[in-house]
Amino acid sequence: MLRRWIQVIATFLSNSYLLFPFTGNIYQGTLKSFCTPGLNCYSCPAATGACPIGALQNFMATLRPGLQAGYQHFGLYVIGTLGLLGSLAGRMPCGWLCPFGFLQELIYKIPSRKFAIPRVLSYVKYLVLVLFVFLLPFFITDEYGYGITWFCKFICPAGTLEAGIPMLLLKPELQSLIGILFYNKLFIMGFFLVWMVLSSRPFCRTACPLGAIYSLFNKHSVFRMTHDPGKCAHCKTCHQNCPMGVKFYESHNDTDCIRCLKCMNESCKFGAISYQIAGSKESSDQGFKGKAVARGQ
Amino acid sequence: MKIQEKGKTPFLLIIFFLFLLLVGINAGEVSTVLETATRICLSCIGIG
Repeated sequence: MLRRWIQVIATFLSNSYLLFPFTGNIYQGTLKSFCTPGLNCYSCPAATGACPIGALQNFMATLRPGLQAGYQHFGLYVIGTLGLLGSLAGRMPCGWLCPFGFLQELIYKIPSRKFAIPRVLSYVKYLVLVLFVFLLPFFITDEYGYGITWFCKFICPAGTLEAGIPMLLLKPELQSLIGILFYNKLFIMGFFLVWMVLSSRPFCRTACPLGAIYSLFNKHSVFRMTHDPGKCAHCKTCHQNCPMGVKFYESHNDTDCIRCLKCMNESCKFGAISYQIAGSKESSDQGFKGKAVARGQ
Repeated sequence: MKIQEKGKTPFLLIIFFLFLLLVGINAGEVSTVLETATRICLSCIGIG
């Protein structure tokens, strides 16, 4: 419940510029100097921060002409921000702070037949990160040396949902500019929206470049999950309840773990799952097991 | 010994990325991010 409230607050804080219907424009204040911890398009009319993936692509796309002009902007501000967050909590921002992750969790609640996502697809997000965020924006350039933001332009369903469609509603004159690019993005957004009903967090697991960055820190972050094999009954309840399909008993700091703590608080009855902060272990006995005992179960 | 090394890794990472962050700020990248985020890039959101 605490996580749900934090997700609501984080989504609101990331999109709290509510004057856009009156100004007819996006927020342009200084808060946009800061990167949001989650995937949240900065062209969304209500967005108050900068999307780190959008910002990173922009640095890659303008790196060549920037260097020629004497600017040494490598995107270290964004990489530093993401690295700091990752070093502290790994993929925790995906589970607690990302508005698009929150949306996926809500859509998954729609009753339907549910499908697992093959593990092999979780590697696609690394391809998306390397190719669409770093390599293509840097190497494919126009005559002046400028690249384009490939992930934003051709893939990002969050951008279509949070910025593309709202901007078309806010500025109807833009509707004349709609072309195949927009229909392609609408198709990708629609594909993921349908998939979100059928599978848990499909975008996070298969395509999110921000999640791919954070996931690299899961095994080395200050906040880490711990597993007590002596207490584990291998009942697999944690796996069944995990929104990311992680087999906790096999890999307790798996790259896909978003540290939502659902396994610890709502699944494990044996106290086998806990977490540690900077090596100091926190017991899960007060979690699900403790609550179950209190209820007399 | 291995446990001790693993315990140090997050803090070494924090120092490293804090250093990168400060280098980025010093290079003026904050204003670049602000400039990027306050412009509506229509082609980036699939329009135009």
